[in-house]
Amino acid sequence: MIDERFDAIVVGAGPSGNAAAYTLATKGLKVLQIERGEYSGSKNVQGAILYADALEKIIPDFRDDAPLERHVTEQRIWMMDDSSHTGMHYRSDDFNEEKPNRYTILRAQFDKWFSARVKQAGAIVLCETTVTELVKDIHGRVIGVRTDRSGDTIKADVVILAEGVNGLVGQRSDLRPEVAPDSVALAVKEMHFLPRETVEARFNLTGNEGVVIEAMGTITKGMTGTAFLYTNEESISVGIGCIVSDFVDSDITPYALLEAFKNHPSIKPLLAGSECKEYAAHLIPEGGYKAIPQLVGDGWIIVGDAGQFVNAVHREGSNLAMTTGRIAAETVVWLHRLRNPMTKENLSEYTRRLSETFVMKDLKKYRGIPALLHGNKGNFFGLYPKLISQAMQTWFRVDGIDKVSKEKEIFRSFRSARTLLGMMGDAFKLVRAWR
Amino acid sequence: MSELGVSGATSVKVEEKLFQNRYLVDAGRPHIRIKAHEVPSRGLLAMTHLCPAGCYSVSDSGQVEISADGCVECGTCRIVTTGTGEIEWNYPRGGFGVLYKFG
Repeated sequence: MIDERFDAIVVGAGPSGNAAAYTLATKGLKVLQIERGEYSGSKNVQGAILYADALEKIIPDFRDDAPLERHVTEQRIWMMDDSSHTGMHYRSDDFNEEKPNRYTILRAQFDKWFSARVKQAGAIVLCETTVTELVKDIHGRVIGVRTDRSGDTIKADVVILAEGVNGLVGQRSDLRPEVAPDSVALAVKEMHFLPRETVEARFNLTGNEGVVIEAMGTITKGMTGTAFLYTNEESISVGIGCIVSDFVDSDITPYALLEAFKNHPSIKPLLAGSECKEYAAHLIPEGGYKAIPQLVGDGWIIVGDAGQFVNAVHREGSNLAMTTGRIAAETVVWLHRLRNPMTKENLSEYTRRLSETFVMKDLKKYRGIPALLHGNKGNFFGLYPKLISQAMQTWFRVDGIDKVSKEKEIFRSFRSARTLLGMMGDAFKLVRAWR
Repeated sequence: MSELGVSGATSVKVEEKLFQNRYLVDAGRPHIRIKAHEVPSRGLLAMTHLCPAGCYSVSDSGQVEISADGCVECGTCRIVTTGTGEIEWNYPRGGFGVLYKFG
């Protein structure tokens, strides 16, 4: 079907694949991007927050025409028990800046826009086509791909695997191991529509200001996980996700968990009267630094979720995806111009460059966090949120009991639930993993 | 763990959620197949509650069955049965399957 030979084939058209294809095409390389969806974005799911910095480094003027929902001016972090939430809110007018830092987006629409830019830059984008396998030569070097369109091999100097968390192509070619159930989260999400005036009144917003809420606590029923609620222009994205192996050990359905979160007394009024127009589910790689597979080989590079590039602590993923896609492409462009072959050794320049960016630095910093949280999920996702909630209630409820007694009661509740030594141990482990 | 149970969990109908979504079903070519088995593994059995689209069920004789039409292509079943190989999992053919409007 396609007899030509390409400088690079990009598998997948999410943020990492689009970043890679765009960067390659703008530098004049002959690029084929293959996407299984009807259009770029039709299979893609995210919360979704767009971090401007990562995209600005690829498309500096993206704000001119990208479909952006609201720029984030307020971040709420909630620790929840069954009837309460204890919140840390940060709202700043400084986020109402000429070039805002974070936006809420709808991925299906955003990815479609990004894909149009990729095409404008000169890449060939082939949609409705699933890559079925990598083609290797007798030396084991990747020389192209096969798709479900035809059995023919489409050849390229290098294949960039931007195929997302499931990463079937890379995994079937033994380029990367299967994702382990304890290092991936299953998230479910709904899109709830409301008039934009209602969104603005309900969240105290002016114009295109937006609020994001990240929540943890008894809402995940003792499982390692978090929930979120993001304001879009005239809709609200609401979702919850937990580590897959925790779901296996439970008897809870993901949709019942989402329903319970939506019905929490702190969430329900925010969604009142809304109309749900879509239900989605997606896996999020949360294994962090220790789960990153081999990223390069002879004729191939892995970027984005396929490489486990998600900072679960900060809920960052799309920015890591775009940054890894961009740097992989820049490495390929650099080798192409030097007329150097796309060998494992030469492509390892990509991992070297990555190690100097926030991507690897952040993942390395938090390398101990996934195991810590998962290993102590009962305390971090059940016990502590409950204790904090009780403490806040004891503190704020005025009932004729003196403050010294209240302090003693709070201290006693913590100590009886978790020994002093246990709490110190948890704090110590958390600090150590955080550093 | 009973205190951790989700109240009203049984009343949540996933079909009503999936009804919101758009699909292009590849009739007669399901992209997920369960291999013939006598007794399902713990992971495969867990899919009956874990699948976010409620695609999995247990037959009267105790085998796990799938109806993949409402599949949202998350890949959870693939990951929990990697060790057992009980599921043959592929992406739908290009263009088929779930079509997200918002994502």
